[in-house]
Amino acid sequence: MEYFDTLIVILQSTIRVSVPLILAALAGLYSERAGIFDIGLEGKMLAAAFAGGAAASVFGSAFIGLCAAVFVSVCLAIVHGFASITQRGNQIVSGVAINFIALGATVILGQAWFRQGGRTPQLRDGERFTTVELPFAAELADIPVLGSIYSNLLSGHFLLTYLAFALVPFTWWVLYRTRFGLRLRAVGENPGAVDTAGISVTWMRYRAVICCGILCGVAGAYLSMAMTAGFVKGMTAGKGFIALAALIFAKWKPVNVMFACLLFGFLDAMSIRMQGNPLPFIGMVPVQFMQALPYLLTVILLAGFIGKAIPPRAGGVPYVKER
Amino acid sequence: MTNLGKKRGAMNDIAIELKGIDKKFGLIHANKNINLTVRKGTIHGIVGENGAGKSTMMSILYGFYQADDGDIFVDGKKTEIRDPNAAIAVGIGMVHQHFMLVENFTVLENIMLGAEESQILNAGITKARQELKRLEDEYELEVDPDAVIEELPVGIQQRVEILKALYRGAEILILDEPTGVLTPAEADHLFRILEQLKSQGKTILLITHKLREIMAVTDEVSVMRRGEMVATRATAETSVEELAELMVGRRVLLQVDKGPASPGKVLMSVENLTVRDSRGVDMVKDVSFTVRAGEIVGIAGIAGNGQSELLQAISGIRRAVRGKVELQGQPVHVTGKTDAAELRRRGLAHVPEDRQHMGLVLKFDQSENTILGYHDDPKYLNGVFLNIDAIRKDAADKIEKYDIRPPNPLLKTANFSGGNQQKIVLAREMERDPAVLVIGQPTRGVDVGAIEFIHKRIIEMRDAGKAVLLVSVELDEIRALSDRILVMFDGRIVGERAPDAGEAELGLLMAGVEDTREAAE
Repeated sequence: MEYFDTLIVILQSTIRVSVPLILAALAGLYSERAGIFDIGLEGKMLAAAFAGGAAASVFGSAFIGLCAAVFVSVCLAIVHGFASITQRGNQIVSGVAINFIALGATVILGQAWFRQGGRTPQLRDGERFTTVELPFAAELADIPVLGSIYSNLLSGHFLLTYLAFALVPFTWWVLYRTRFGLRLRAVGENPGAVDTAGISVTWMRYRAVICCGILCGVAGAYLSMAMTAGFVKGMTAGKGFIALAALIFAKWKPVNVMFACLLFGFLDAMSIRMQGNPLPFIGMVPVQFMQALPYLLTVILLAGFIGKAIPPRAGGVPYVKER
Repeated sequence: MTNLGKKRGAMNDIAIELKGIDKKFGLIHANKNINLTVRKGTIHGIVGENGAGKSTMMSILYGFYQADDGDIFVDGKKTEIRDPNAAIAVGIGMVHQHFMLVENFTVLENIMLGAEESQILNAGITKARQELKRLEDEYELEVDPDAVIEELPVGIQQRVEILKALYRGAEILILDEPTGVLTPAEADHLFRILEQLKSQGKTILLITHKLREIMAVTDEVSVMRRGEMVATRATAETSVEELAELMVGRRVLLQVDKGPASPGKVLMSVENLTVRDSRGVDMVKDVSFTVRAGEIVGIAGIAGNGQSELLQAISGIRRAVRGKVELQGQPVHVTGKTDAAELRRRGLAHVPEDRQHMGLVLKFDQSENTILGYHDDPKYLNGVFLNIDAIRKDAADKIEKYDIRPPNPLLKTANFSGGNQQKIVLAREMERDPAVLVIGQPTRGVDVGAIEFIHKRIIEMRDAGKAVLLVSVELDEIRALSDRILVMFDGRIVGERAPDAGEAELGLLMAGVEDTREAAE
């Protein structure tokens, strides 16, 4: 029973750390499926986390915080869109620039506005998201195994967590069952076909990039207003890049994205759990090794386990009408 | 169509009219004051050399580009076609030369794209399936709606393109070089489909540079030359010769003028050469031949019988398994570390079969491609730096000497037509004054005017005492140029013939029937 409880705790933590990954990876999915590579997920998430934390603290409302986070992230997404769609710039360079801007601007503005060394003030109740209990969670807790899974694993998460998981089938539906999705996928594979079918490639790609911005905004808000209570500098800590890795690992498919993110989240949760605890048969392992483990496994998985990941064919290529 | 036509009166039988269409791309005047009238329910051919402005004109009609000047009338009404949407709305559909299909989508998804009916796909899918079934039955255009495009042969992919246009209610169908990618059987099927469409009252605009096709299927034909519309004829009242002349603006030399060869000493000899391809299959088997100064040796054969590998081995691109090659009496290490650069220094010039991948860097401008591989020649250098002035001067000279159009050394090579790209390669290789010229498919994808020019140049090289090895899958070309013909089949040279050998005899040899040897001797 003790091992079972430990497992539940680890899985609970897996879900908690997977949510921003899922949101960011889905954000990347919308953008990359439309042919706009986005390594600026990290930066957008970071800027959104800061905006959310700051606005929630100043206006005393979690909802306003969320709106601010999404707004800032969408603005950055449009900048990326302008650079890579309208100006036909290099999408990688634009993404890197956004990451740097976010990294620097959040600290500078945070220090200028709140004078707490780049942090935003600790959020009080009402200024941040709270967890919700599923119905009958308390009553069912005593049932062995199933009750524990329901009450301790599935219940007691933030609304944003449930939203993130709901977005997975929703994204699949949008992509494969709606006109928007059909055109979005087409524009990432062969924009020429979309253009000759009388659809604006530019507008399609902007819409995809805006979808990306919205989801990155929610991911950022989750980081600073749900998972923790306030913004800390550099708090995304590479999650945007892990999400990108998950997206490639999942071959740009929504349901795969969820499982990839859960896998990376699980590795992360394990590393947190294992810190300071001896590993069976091995003994004490340096903390740094455990922290590095998820990243190490990311490299190994990406290098060897997924076979050939074929990105959207028009990905990274600005669309120019050819004669 | 006919009953519709009766209601509309006098203008009824004109589907499309272009008046004074003019279009420039920078310095290139692609369309000059184009006038064109296309009658309803006909197949109207547009011919012209590569780069004559046919595709540009059709792109304007489809709203892909906007004309700088001029008017478009559809069904007698002046129409502004700002984008493809507007073209689709007035019933114009286009089958592009490079298919505009999403390769990993299904046929159905491709057909629905842009014409989905509603936000949620399901509603439209049922209707699309029914409509597709109806179109298939009506025009004999069978396709499996759930097949993925990239798994279909090109002929079927093209059918999907036609269905796409018909699904959008196209009454006027533009086909841009539709047979370029098709096998002869597929092309015949396409022409049957076009006849079928015509009989249903559709109007078809067929763009091509193949005159035989024009004669076979069109009712009327318009000829374009260097951006201008030079003539329109009823197909029944014209001939291939007249059209060819109109296309190039002068009488085409159908037979190449060449005097008798005066072969000198052997400049290249190949002995028992065996070459293996990357799969480990012997593609060239024990081949021996010589090429003398002042003669053209042609290697005929159906594509894929080892000619490519032979060319690659003797030009130093691919390592041979066995064999000896001598260049001007000196041995070449064909089985060892062969080096194309070294061979070039020793007087072998190579015009590769696939100029776009091996002969040119398409993203470079013309002047850069002119020095490709010879960039360390002191005359292009200024110390360790490139001497840009000298390079551009040299490029300009070659443009003039080889009549490369447009005459702009700074234009990106990708923007030249196939014939002019080939001239860029030829200028580079021939002007080095090589002893041996190895040339593969000199006129593949090259228009009529350029073919004549290229053939003349090759003969000039011969008359200047060079040894020329010519590899081509065009038997007519081999017969017209060669002084001796070697026929390759399944990696072997199966026969040598004089250039006056009959086409039928050579054809049999190319098909691997060696018995003709006895018959001929």
